[in-house]
Amino acid sequence: MPRIKTPRKLSGLPAIKGFRPYGPDIDKQATAIVLHFEEYEAFKLCDYEGLNHSAAARLMQVSRPTFTRIYASARNKIAQAFAQGLAIEVEGGTVYFDSNWFQCNFCGCYFNQLDPAQPVEACPLCGKKHFQQMEEAELTNMQIN
Amino acid sequence: MKIAIASQGNTLNHNIDLQFGHCAFFVIYDKDSGGMEISVNPFRDSPKKAGLQAVKWLASQNIKTLIAGDFGPKVQPLLDQLSIQLIVLKKPDTRIQDIINLLNQQ
Repeated sequence: MPRIKTPRKLSGLPAIKGFRPYGPDIDKQATAIVLHFEEYEAFKLCDYEGLNHSAAARLMQVSRPTFTRIYASARNKIAQAFAQGLAIEVEGGTVYFDSNWFQCNFCGCYFNQLDPAQPVEACPLCGKKHFQQMEEAELTNMQIN
Repeated sequence: MKIAIASQGNTLNHNIDLQFGHCAFFVIYDKDSGGMEISVNPFRDSPKKAGLQAVKWLASQNIKTLIAGDFGPKVQPLLDQLSIQLIVLKKPDTRIQDIINLLNQQ
């Protein structure tokens, strides 16, 4: 049995669902290349944000060699799509998001916010506004993250 | 918005279940229409991966929020992928009715 993949941490969802080629000789029936979320993230961190592999690997919570493999696979898939005129779909992969955890002071519950771009307005359980963001150390004690 | 609550029994007077994957019942509450549905957790007796199977089953019913006493470490990455929000309520003596009252206060 193969070893279980370590889930890769993502900073957020990709801005797009995929890309489609255009031009006179494009075969519209051809199967699209599936670029995994972690490959999109690796490509973005390295080539758009200009991080080196070890810094990007720390952000994604994987080892440096694993990151390099993900990145190489991303480059290979993108190059294949360009060379063969194929569409790209961004989906799937073994990932988790950098979700933030909060504690409500009124009902005592803990909740997470999935989209880091959206501010937390109220506790999703009781609707009160008395909540606070939790620190990494508290989360380790709770064993929920 | 549909919310699933892990419950120990099949009435609203039962308490919240402290484990998610092996909980006895799921109370599925539709906040917009006020409709409610109580169903047996089909994976309550699975020896392994009950949480993962339960998450997939709940996701197929368009659940957007999950409430339970605790979640295992394996389900969280999956819930993030399916963009399902978690609420952890570490109070074993909370009744399902109390939770629904809290949700209706908003």
